[in-house]
Amino acid sequence: METTAHAATESLLPSAHPVQLLDPTGAEVPQTGTARDYAMPSAARLRAVWHAMVIGRRFDIQATALTKQGRLAVYPSSRGQEACQVGATLAIRPTDWMFPTYRESMALVTRGIDPVEVLSLLRGDSHCGYDPIATHTAAQCTPLSTQLVHAAGAAYGEKRRGRDSVALAFIGDGATSEGDFHEALNFAAVFESPTIFFVQNNKYAISVPLSKQTKAPSLAYKGIGYGVPAEQVDGNDPAAVLAVMDVALEHARSGKGPFLIEAHTYRLDAHTNADDATRYRSSDEVTAWLDRDPIARVEAWLKARGELNDDIVAATNAEAEARASELRDRMNAEPTVEPMSLFDNVFAEPTAQLEEARAMVQAELEAEATA
Amino acid sequence: MSSARPVTMGSALNTALRDSLRDDDDVLVFGEDVGTLGGVFRITDGLAANFGEDRCFDTPLAEAGIVGFAIGMCLTGFRPVVEMQFDAFAYPAFEQITSHVAKMRNRTSGRVGLPMVIRVPYAGGIGGVEHHCDSSEGYYAHTPGLKVVTPSDAADAYSLLREAIDDPDPVIFMEPKALYWSKQEIELPSRQPAFGKAVVRRKGTDVTLVTYGPSVPMALKAAEAAADEGWSVEVVDLRTIVPFDDETVVESVRRTGRCIVVSEAQGFAGVSGEVAARVSERCFHSLQAPVLRVSGLEIPYPAPMLEKIHLPGVERVLDAISRLQWDDQPDLTFAGGAV
Ligand SMILES: Cc1ncc(C[n+]2csc(CCOP(=O)(O)OP(=O)(O)O)c2C)c(N)n1
Repeated sequence: METTAHAATESLLPSAHPVQLLDPTGAEVPQTGTARDYAMPSAARLRAVWHAMVIGRRFDIQATALTKQGRLAVYPSSRGQEACQVGATLAIRPTDWMFPTYRESMALVTRGIDPVEVLSLLRGDSHCGYDPIATHTAAQCTPLSTQLVHAAGAAYGEKRRGRDSVALAFIGDGATSEGDFHEALNFAAVFESPTIFFVQNNKYAISVPLSKQTKAPSLAYKGIGYGVPAEQVDGNDPAAVLAVMDVALEHARSGKGPFLIEAHTYRLDAHTNADDATRYRSSDEVTAWLDRDPIARVEAWLKARGELNDDIVAATNAEAEARASELRDRMNAEPTVEPMSLFDNVFAEPTAQLEEARAMVQAELEAEATA
Repeated sequence: MSSARPVTMGSALNTALRDSLRDDDDVLVFGEDVGTLGGVFRITDGLAANFGEDRCFDTPLAEAGIVGFAIGMCLTGFRPVVEMQFDAFAYPAFEQITSHVAKMRNRTSGRVGLPMVIRVPYAGGIGGVEHHCDSSEGYYAHTPGLKVVTPSDAADAYSLLREAIDDPDPVIFMEPKALYWSKQEIELPSRQPAFGKAVVRRKGTDVTLVTYGPSVPMALKAAEAAADEGWSVEVVDLRTIVPFDDETVVESVRRTGRCIVVSEAQGFAGVSGEVAARVSERCFHSLQAPVLRVSGLEIPYPAPMLEKIHLPGVERVLDAISRLQWDDQPDLTFAGGAV
């Protein structure tokens, strides 16, 4: 009995060290000692990831700037986490589901959702600017970990419908302490629901460091107790993120159930623009992580192979700049909010009580207009 | 055509689930022990055997998981009917219910509706140990975006559950567990008035008792007893707390001029207070006495041997009726003498 349990555990375990395919200088890392076989993604895919990371980072910086101009109420930056957000997103298909948190704006933009629609939650004109059904992308979730159970359910629904779509659910390191994280892993495992749980371990939950969050040697180990295979990956290595996602997706799509990924990364900016990160971390720490930049890494690899040159870099930067400028212009326009919509989507059909409230607000607005 | 026969509320609910599973392939029933066992109250009895484990199945023991999983399944077009084993054990799912179930249509500007039913056996009177007898309807009714439904007889149990399953919005379906075994001569399937329609269970002219769910049979008994003392008591059963039927309640109270709200739930900050406030606002000029509440005590649900003291009964209702300001009674008179 014991040996069987041990053997089964072996197949669930993550690699001893985070999987890395490219080191910070962009040199290839020979693959030995990883728990599974990970293949170097094609140059074309890495070029696409590089491109989306450049666009994504510029978007992120622009969004932070919009908070300073009062155009966004708040913005949680994901600068530094580009390899996770872009890599994981580009690894899935449009028919797959995505379950993002407040931090996944860059992932949503990479998914092709209009950046203005992405930012409507944070601007404050709507709780969700895009159509979750049409985009297969759930509304960005602010209560921590709650979306993971939805992901497990949606992936199970897809399976019940006989389709091979999966659900990719993002979560931070701090949120792995929430009960719903455990319930989601367990449900997904028991129902063999094709769900990829993607933990971006960016080392802090607002101010609380990982060491105060958990005693687990790696968040990836949390899969074992549920029978969920897991992997840890260098979350600043776009090639490794793609490779690990490929294995996880193959696992899920072939009917073997969920997969847990812990991506080791770092949040370069504060939790949000409203947070003061100097209160809980040193600038040395931040500087050290700047040397592990995901964009520079893959750029060096592509250039060494003649897949990228300075002209393309300049053109891409110009494209990112143009998109940021377009976003700025569009965000400078006042959003239109329709007061009567307050009552439209509480229920499919409004109750008598809602109709009463609607009439009251309508009268108030009319009085205001004629005053 | 079969003719009317005695049906318990429990079997009416079971029949409603059966008929829904039969009529719509997207309806699924899941929760703790609902499969092989048929639920601890047997409401899902035989469903797994008859419809297969794809349609009615057991889940891990985790209420947030059950509700959250159901949310995800709604995204792919299913209509889950989930069971919370007992009222107080739904609290672990409270976060999912209030943050997501109630808000999803609104969060997504109407693009994602959640046609799910969360069945909650609730309230007491069955000698249950602690955490098995809570009246939790107030929490749900206080949360915009949830419909809150509670039948008081077998015919309504069938009809309201079928409507809940067909509803495009999430419904918290509160089942008064003390009434699971109550019987009624009915013929199923049958349809009763729709959501948002209260029903006058007994006609009267002197005072209106507004009540719902587990308290309805008690209120009817009280009305009976009051009749022996010469009072003509009307009993209104809300049936759905959300949506709320102001019209029926107001029409009745304006006619009788007096109102007592009867609920097993504690009165403070609850549904009964809401009803009293609505009645006061709408019937002020017809009221001949303040609106009174007869409710459970403001205490955590007591141990079984003490629950009789907690639960409002016929005596407390009769006492409340006598405390209303009647013409033949000087209004400031207490048992101890005039003030
Ligand atoms: C249930 C819940 N509790 C508290 C919060 C407040 N809060 C927002 S983000 C956050 C930290 C989350 O950290 P982590 O999961 O590591 O993700 P990160 O923000 O670093 O991406 C907290 C405590 C919340 N959103 N939800």
